[in-house]
Amino acid sequence: MRRVSEEDVKYVAGLARLNFSADELRTLTGELNRILQYFAKLNQVDTTGAPPTAHVLKVKNRFREDTVEPSLPREEALKNASTVKDGSFQVPQIME
Amino acid sequence: MELCDLTIHELRGLYARKEVFPSEVLASVTRRIHKVEKDYGAYLTLDLEGAAEQAQAADARIKAGKALGVLEGIPVAIKDNLCQAGKEATCASRILQGFVPPYTATVVRKILAQGAVILGRANMDEFAMGSSTEYSAVKESKNPWDPQRTPGGSSGGSAVAVAAGEAIAALGSDTGGSIRQPAAFSGVTGLKPTYGLVSRYGLVALASSLDQIGPLTKDAEDSALLLNILSGFDPMDSTSVRVKELDYTRDLQQDLSGKKIGLPLEYFGAGIDAEVKRTVMKAVDLLKELGVEVVEISLKFTEYALPAYCIISSAEAGSNLARYDGIRFGKAAARIEDNLAAFYTRTRSEGFGPEVKRRIMLGTYVLSAGSYEAYYKKAQQVRTLIIKEFNEVFQQVDAIITPTTPTTAFKFGEKSQDPLRMYWSEVCTAPVNMAGLPAISIPCGFSCGLPVGMQIIGDHFMETVILNIAYQYQRVTDYHKARPEPVRKEGTA
Repeated sequence: MRRVSEEDVKYVAGLARLNFSADELRTLTGELNRILQYFAKLNQVDTTGAPPTAHVLKVKNRFREDTVEPSLPREEALKNASTVKDGSFQVPQIME
Repeated sequence: MELCDLTIHELRGLYARKEVFPSEVLASVTRRIHKVEKDYGAYLTLDLEGAAEQAQAADARIKAGKALGVLEGIPVAIKDNLCQAGKEATCASRILQGFVPPYTATVVRKILAQGAVILGRANMDEFAMGSSTEYSAVKESKNPWDPQRTPGGSSGGSAVAVAAGEAIAALGSDTGGSIRQPAAFSGVTGLKPTYGLVSRYGLVALASSLDQIGPLTKDAEDSALLLNILSGFDPMDSTSVRVKELDYTRDLQQDLSGKKIGLPLEYFGAGIDAEVKRTVMKAVDLLKELGVEVVEISLKFTEYALPAYCIISSAEAGSNLARYDGIRFGKAAARIEDNLAAFYTRTRSEGFGPEVKRRIMLGTYVLSAGSYEAYYKKAQQVRTLIIKEFNEVFQQVDAIITPTTPTTAFKFGEKSQDPLRMYWSEVCTAPVNMAGLPAISIPCGFSCGLPVGMQIIGDHFMETVILNIAYQYQRVTDYHKARPEPVRKEGTA
């Protein structure tokens, strides 16, 4: 099994939108490698022909009528936002 | 014994006969909280004034002879990951500090509709990731049987509240053992229902294919009473299942003769404490005397269930926790005006604790290109084999019995620095979530003064069977009635 490097961990941190100090990164790399080594135990299992399970019960998509029902008032929905402007969530600028 | 040490069904009897009123019970619980809470730390927030108002309203209904809810005037604690409109819900995380949900979880709505008196919000491991409450960003809860030890987790605060008489019952959530493991460590009864039986609407998601809400109580009868309220189809949860409504207390009195129980060898093997095994086997012998037939079975994928569980739960957690970005809710970092990604990163890095970050990293890694097939897909295939194996076993037996935990309550710091050792705490419970089965943990003895839990696993939607076995066991034993020393002292004072 391939070991993950600090560079790999830094890349994954970028995907997860997390930032780590150099010290944290070193510790985390060691921990992740130990955990992944434990995960590699699964390679002992022959899973040929076993479909992956995403849901434990035999439940199919459930549809309902598309009827209009009361929803959360706008002020309520915005109450927990960090910044609100003109009745909307405000985010930092993402385009020029 | 004080009123706060009684069960729901005992209090219901007293209320019905107008011998005791909810305000008196709340006063007793409040006294207990004032006495022990500073040492045990079961709660993140308490609302005793709100509870007093609810209790007085219940007093009035009882005095007026009105129809009573099943939980009328019963003081309960709820885990901090269950939303209640207008009450801060933090999941014991910095990133949700100040978050006040605008809506109420279905289970909370249901218990309120039955007259429950909500005392406050119970401590937990941050975002329900952990087995000891040590990963709570706020504080550790202490095990009332030995405050040097953890109460288990992640529903540790809920378990402590019930064990110490700081609540009559509590709600928790269980993704890999988070109700049953703290129930075992703290000497209470904890039920994880079948996946889909209880609505998860308003439960802050950890791993959506595994999470389930359930009760922590003083005995199996209370567990059945609460399940009657919690269960049921909810259009607000797409994984909620339409099943026939059942009275879960229906089969409690049933004789156990003719019931067949399987003992899986793999759950009594290496890594399981010898005293724990011996105690559970003693309980099984007692069940034999009650007429149960016991057969040895084999669940040979057991050793793969935990690593597969860790992969799947981390992957789902990593995805679920992507929503914490500091924009719509939650605690935001200082604004970075021209860089949205940097703002997200700062918010998340400041807001999440070390274990949550570790799991997000693991989850992101196992889902990333190049690792997906080797880890995530492999784990989901192993999950299929685990389910198949359980299904086959349930063709032969009515229930499976195992220890709930590999050891009794461990000390603070014993595992918190070693993620793999912490994950091992869920080795007997996580396979059950992987298969979506119901299971209950009940106290079945003590090892060196610490409670031991026995896990009874049932087939899908067969809660009545495991509750029946648990109830009959508790009818002839009194381990579930034992109370921790400091509480006993106060009780006799």
